This record gives sequence, structure tokens and C-alpha cells, in this order.
Amino acid sequence: MTAVTDRQKLQYIAAKAADSRVNVELETEGMTLNIGPQHPATHGTLRIVARLDGEQVVSAEPIAGYMHRGKEKLCEVRTYPQINTLINRIDWLGSFANEVPFILAAEQLMGIEAPPRAQWIRTMFFEMSRISNLILFLGDMGVQLGAVTPAFYAFRDREFVLNQIERVTGGRFHPNFDRIGGLKDDLPKGWIVDTKAVMERVRDFCDEIEELFMNAEIFSARTRGIGVIPADVAMQYGLSGANARASGIDWDLRRDAPSGLVHPELDWKVWTHPDGDSFARFWVRLQEVREASKMVDQICDGLPSGPIMAKVPRIIKVPAGEAWVSTENPLGEMGYYIVSKGDLTPFRLKIRSASFNNVSITPWLLRGVYVPDIITILASLYFILGDIDR
Amino acid sequence: MTPTLMFGLELAYWQETIIKVLLGLVALLLLTGGVVYLYLFKFVSFMQSRLGPMEAGPYGSLQLLAEVGKWLQKEDIATEKADRFVFRLAPAIVLASTFVLFAVIPAGPTAVVSDLGTGIYFVLAMSSLSVLGILMAGWASANKYALLGALRAAGQLIAYELPLVLAVVGVVIAAGSLNLQDIVAAQASGEIFGWDGIGNPFILTQIVGFTIFMIAVQAELTQSPFDMPIAESELVAGYQVEYSGIRFLIYFIAEFATAVAFAAIASTLFLGGWALPTAWGLGDGVMHVVGPIVISAKAVLLVGVVFWVRFTLPRFREDQLQTLAWKFLIPISLANIVATGVLKVVF
Repeated sequence: MTAVTDRQKLQYIAAKAADSRVNVELETEGMTLNIGPQHPATHGTLRIVARLDGEQVVSAEPIAGYMHRGKEKLCEVRTYPQINTLINRIDWLGSFANEVPFILAAEQLMGIEAPPRAQWIRTMFFEMSRISNLILFLGDMGVQLGAVTPAFYAFRDREFVLNQIERVTGGRFHPNFDRIGGLKDDLPKGWIVDTKAVMERVRDFCDEIEELFMNAEIFSARTRGIGVIPADVAMQYGLSGANARASGIDWDLRRDAPSGLVHPELDWKVWTHPDGDSFARFWVRLQEVREASKMVDQICDGLPSGPIMAKVPRIIKVPAGEAWVSTENPLGEMGYYIVSKGDLTPFRLKIRSASFNNVSITPWLLRGVYVPDIITILASLYFILGDIDR
Repeated sequence: MTPTLMFGLELAYWQETIIKVLLGLVALLLLTGGVVYLYLFKFVSFMQSRLGPMEAGPYGSLQLLAEVGKWLQKEDIATEKADRFVFRLAPAIVLASTFVLFAVIPAGPTAVVSDLGTGIYFVLAMSSLSVLGILMAGWASANKYALLGALRAAGQLIAYELPLVLAVVGVVIAAGSLNLQDIVAAQASGEIFGWDGIGNPFILTQIVGFTIFMIAVQAELTQSPFDMPIAESELVAGYQVEYSGIRFLIYFIAEFATAVAFAAIASTLFLGGWALPTAWGLGDGVMHVVGPIVISAKAVLLVGVVFWVRFTLPRFREDQLQTLAWKFLIPISLANIVATGVLKVVF
């Protein structure tokens, strides 16, 4: 229970008195509902304090911090290769994508450029982690709306992507594969052929999900027009990634501000949707999985030969300076701001993760919706708790 | 009461009733367990491309026993602020309202605990008792999720009670009786334009009523897409959220026993019940044995439909559910009654 000040009490009484003059008969008392920190719909420990009038939300406030791990501070006492392990755990469903902007920022400070083959493979894993992340979203959306079956399909097909990641990196969830100046290993034999088959499977999965959801009346009724974010509000709250693109903002860092990855050399499309509702967010992510699988296919075909590691000193000391690199991660824009004083460890590391901004819109978005819509909206905003609380 | 002959013994009315109730309970629990294994464990697993339980017994067939054993061992917790008496009474009421339904469902020429003249009326009245238990559970749990779930359940069960009743009215008009045995007999001895090869199951003439009945049953059972009272992704487990151990088990049994009960009622009303067509010329002696098998098979098939829908569709929102009931199902079922009445007079 939070302490209520006298001033708040007086305001409440005044508001009630004003209401009762208008509506003596129908006066009801509201209810405060704590959704979380332990709740099946919050993917972890996000707490939403919702003030309800019946089933309608009067106000809602997200409270993060139940899983704060102090990553930024921890990074200050770790060397750069060690930090790589740590930041794997930020967005734990698309771990490799967390490493990429950090490594790129460190490379930028050190003035190293990874060899072309390493850049291509990096881009491939970047997109594969997007696939493994968003596939789970596509299935999870069904669970949040009460249909458990798509989640099982999602887990089934995500497994193939994870297996491919594991064959190269040794880690299913946390590859820890990216290095300053290149990659840890090259691809094993026969991997590319298998990956193309897996990408075919991923596209089949997308078709399956599209069949299950797109023409389903109940799904449309539950998502269309629910949680509409206009483009200007999305920009004000700093939404990024698919959430912004679903509001019609044609902004994708992979295309508009490429930073060391090979996306400009690939043939792909940025999908946007004009509606800005939960359905649009689902639809945009579905298309993104398709685009990502096509990108992986193209990289498999066009992979250049050569070394996978540039010449890097054995002990990595990053020269003094500051660097900011952000990339288009599965959840949205993710960036690292490194301040180095020339030591083994960064002096300060600021992490910008997408989910924190994406969730910050909830007080605005949840006002006036019904309780089931809270779940739809939270699911469609798609956040990972590790990405909110670093 | 005149003594009746049963298993070659002369039994008093009370003896006969006790035997029927015990047999009915055994049959009910077996059927419910079978349905849970067949559909909740296996059928759904295959729909979701997984195996389901495989370890306990051949193909996991003893999994349910393991689950029941687990629930019986667990501590029976009532929360500190709960209204203990009401909290403990609630599951019993829900279960009782289910078991009472089976008392009037006929499974053979004499295999019915109580052959009420107003059988279907009794069924519909008793089935709505469960909402009382759910409201009690929601209120006594002293939990906001439970309260929300219970209120949703109350709103939903009342809204869907109406189409359920109105869908049955069509059958009652067609059969000319409220008695379930008469309804079965009317279907067995009926004929389709003079042909009596399969009798005249009311699903043929009352297909609209059957559809509405099954939709309403889906809502009465609070199965997806009408599972807002439980809604695990929203309300965690709705009114069941504070229950554990044997009391949760009772809710579990009640849920699936009600599914079996409503499927049995639907097959009695629309699919001809226990009877095989009169034209096949099977005597009462055969039907004593075949009747229970026939109605069990039909009921299990219909439960399959309920589960099929449950694991296919996402959940409605509360207001969308009310819209569906009041704006679509009730007007359609009223039109169905009018049409049935007119056709009954014409033919």
C-alpha cells in the first residue's frame, strides 16, 4: 500500500462529491488491481497498478524494477569480452542481437573493422535472433488472447532456429559469439544447407500463423482498434521497432542508419501499417519474420570467403573516447553509449533498450480500456522484462 | 411404491434408487475420467503437435490417477481473509449441481434415477445452480481476481442460460413433452417423410436449435472462447485462484462432469439419446445393455466437439460475449421457436 497524503485524500473526496451530485444512483467505488509482479501475462516481473471502475481501467501505471540487475554498473568493472557475456542477458530471446551494437561501438572506438565475412555472418545471426525472438511473440499473442495452440507451434518451430544457432555458437539462448574485430568461429560444414531448410520452415510457420489468425473473427474483434497509438504519440513516447512501424512511422535503422551490418546490400522491405492498433503490431512483426528469413537466405547465398577475425591485440584496451551505436533489434532500437578512458573496462556504459520506452506508453494507452484489453495491449507492445530492467 | 425387478431381485424403491445412484456415479466418474484422458490429455496434444502424457501406464493412460493422487496429497489452503465456511461450501455446490443433472438423464428404458415428468425443465433449473457456487467462491476467496472472475461468470451464465432454454423449447414443441424419455421415444419412433430407417433425430429439424444449444453449452461450461471467468492470461484462474488440493480437484471434476452431462443432454435432445430407431426392431431387453453404450458414445463425441472448439478459438472479451448472446443468439432462438411452432401446426 502506498501512503496517501492528506492532499490526495481531499482531492478524492472532492471528486467523489462532485460525481455524486451528478450521478447519485450509479455511484460505484473503484478498485485497485495489481497486475503483477507475478502474473502469467507479464512475461516476468512487470507490475501494472490498474485503477478499475468495474472492468474498465481508469488509470494504469507500470512499475518496473523487480528484476533490476544493475547491468550498467556491473559493466564498469568488467573487461570488454566479459561485458559481452553480461549483455547477452538483456533481451534473452534474441541474445545475439544484444551483442552486435556493443561490439560495433567498441570497434568504432578502437578503429577496427571486422572482415567482410564476419560482417555477413554477424548480420545473419542478427536476423536469426530476430526470427527466434519474434516467432515466440507470434505464438504468445495467441496465448494472451486465450488460444494456447499457436504457442506450441511457435515453440516447435523456434527449436529449429535455436538448433542452428547452437550448432555454430554452442549456446541456444546466449551465444556470446561476437568478438571485437570479428567472430569467435566460422560456420561448420553443411550448416548453410540446413539453415536454408530451416528458413523454409520458418516461412511455412508464418503462413500457418497467418491462416490461424488473420481470418479469425475473434482475433480481429480482440485486436482491431484496440490500443491504437497514433504516429505522433508514438514518436513522443520514443517508441521504436515494430511498435513505431505499426503506427505508420517508416523508420528502420537497418535501412536508415546502417552501422556496420550488411543490410544495405540485401534485398528486403520495411513493412509499415497505418492502423497503429494491436492487430497492426502483430501483422508488422509477422512480416518482419518473413523478411528476416529471406535476408538469411540471401546471406547464405552471398556469403563472401575470407577470414572471420581482424587483427586485434590480445589484451583489449579501448582508446579514450565516446561512441554511440544503435541497431534495429527485435524489440526496437537498442544502443550502447560507451565512454572509455583508455582502460581495460569502460568508464561508463549507457544501455538504451527498446522495451523500456515501449512500455512507458502504457499509462497513456491503457486509460479507458477493459481488463482483457490490458493483456492484449501488453502482449502486442511486446516487451521482454530483461530489456526493461537491465 | 410397488417393488421393481432388478437383476432378478425384488427391490424396494429406496434400494433401487441407491443402486442406480451408485451405478450412475461410477459411470459418471469413469466417463469423466475417460473424457479427460481422451481429449484434455491426448486429443489436444495431437492438435498441438506434442505427445501429451506418455509415462504413467501405456500411452499415459494412468496419468489421471497420478494427477488425482497429487491433488489429494496437497494441502487444502484457505486464505487468511477468506470466509472459511462459504469458501469450503462453494465447490460442493458446484459439484452437486452437476451430479443432480445425471439423475434425470435416461441411459436406457429403465436406467434413469428419476424419470421426472418435467425432466428437461429440472435440468435447466439445476444447471444454473452452479453459478451460485461460483459467486460464493469468488466472494469468499477475498481475492480481486477471484471476484472479477466470479462476476464475469455470473454475467455470462445468466446471459447464456436464456439461449440454452430457448433452444430447448424448439425440441419440446417438436416432441410435445418435457419428459426426457418421451423426447427420446419421439425421436426413435419418428419418421422423415414416411421413412423411418433412422427415426427422426431432432438435429435434422432443429439444426438451428442444436447449434445455439452447443454454443450456449460452451459458454455454460466456461470453455474457450467463453472462458473469461477462468481466463488464465488475464485473471490467473478466476474464481479458482485461491483453491488448492481436493477443493481444486472438485472444481476440476465438476468442470468435466458438467461437460459430459451437457453432452449427454444434447445427445438426448438432438441425437436420439440412448434409443436406436424403433424400426430396427430391438426389444427392451437388448436396449438395457446397448442403451448406456449408445448414449455414452454420443456424449463422448459431443464432448469432443466442445474440446475441439476450446483449443481452436481465442477468447472473446466480456462485452463481445454479451453482445453475441443478447443480439444474436436470443433473437435467432426466438425465431427458431416461432418457425418450429408454425411447422408443427402445418405438418
